[in-house]
Amino acid sequence: MPSNRSICAALVVGVGLTFSAMAQEPARDNYRTYCTQCHGKDGNGKGINIRDMSVQPRDHTDAKAMSGRSDDTIFKVIKEGGPSVDKSVLMPPWGDTFSDEEIRDLVAYLRQLCKCSYGASP
Amino acid sequence: MRHLVFAWLLLVGFAASGARAADEGSAILTQRCAGCHNLTGPAPHTLKALWARKGPDFFYAGNKYRAEWLRAWLQKPTRIRPAGEFYADHVRSGEKGDEIDPTTLEPHLALPATDADAVAQALMRLKPHDELIAAERIEPGSISKSMGEMAFDKFLGCMACHEIEPGYGGASGPELYTAALRLQPEFIASYIRSPQAWDPKIWMPNKRVSDPNIQKLVHYLAELAKEQSHAK
Repeated sequence: MPSNRSICAALVVGVGLTFSAMAQEPARDNYRTYCTQCHGKDGNGKGINIRDMSVQPRDHTDAKAMSGRSDDTIFKVIKEGGPSVDKSVLMPPWGDTFSDEEIRDLVAYLRQLCKCSYGASP
Repeated sequence: MRHLVFAWLLLVGFAASGARAADEGSAILTQRCAGCHNLTGPAPHTLKALWARKGPDFFYAGNKYRAEWLRAWLQKPTRIRPAGEFYADHVRSGEKGDEIDPTTLEPHLALPATDADAVAQALMRLKPHDELIAAERIEPGSISKSMGEMAFDKFLGCMACHEIEPGYGGASGPELYTAALRLQPEFIASYIRSPQAWDPKIWMPNKRVSDPNIQKLVHYLAELAKEQSHAK
């Protein structure tokens, strides 16, 4: 019977293989594919899905709002979804879509969109 | 005894004509459908391949669709994905934000009844993911429309991307008010459980929906489909 440790190791290897089987995608392409449906093709929070939403998506070009979120918080909300940071369930978890490295790249891409950093809007 | 032989010959005849129709359907698929639909797999593993897709992959159609829906839809196609595929290619800037650009959406070709039947039979032979379907068990049951909508929208957020009635809901995913008419319930359950198991780069996230909630969603989509059937 396999030990818990070997099952965990197999799972880790399995997840690693899943992501390594697919090449890392540029943040701009990931953003276009997965984020613009709600956050808009220009990142202004006005994607094609927003019409009937009870909570509107974040405007990623809003430097004031975006500078109030740390990179770690943005990483967490992308990976684990809105409820992980007490935000809307309409922001889903993307942990099965992106590797951690792709999420880090997306956080950096969002900082380009807002032209801001944590705690310092221009 | 003579009757038994006759019945057996009749059955063999039906089976042979069914196989012949499916073979004809395969030929139609290759000639007329392969330009937009992937008939052989695998699903896209890069975003460039995903963006190039013009219609849903068909290589697992037999694990996905209901044959009777295929026959009817192929004769009288309607739009299932409000923003087409790939959705971002059909978006333009509007007064209130992004909007679908209808001028970029092409209508789907319609087939005559015999061709539609043949194609449906051919598609139903494509079953590379039997193991994913076999892993699902749909419990008998039902849910009221209001309770189902609460789970679908408020608790799970699915309405962000999917319409639950014409013109109401999100636009980047397929409409779901006819989902239970067109899709096998086990496929619905399996796809909700892991969209990436079917389509690794798809823009639907895995929301880690619990088993009870998967059952609720399957029953809710069945409820929505009943309304569509009554509305016809």
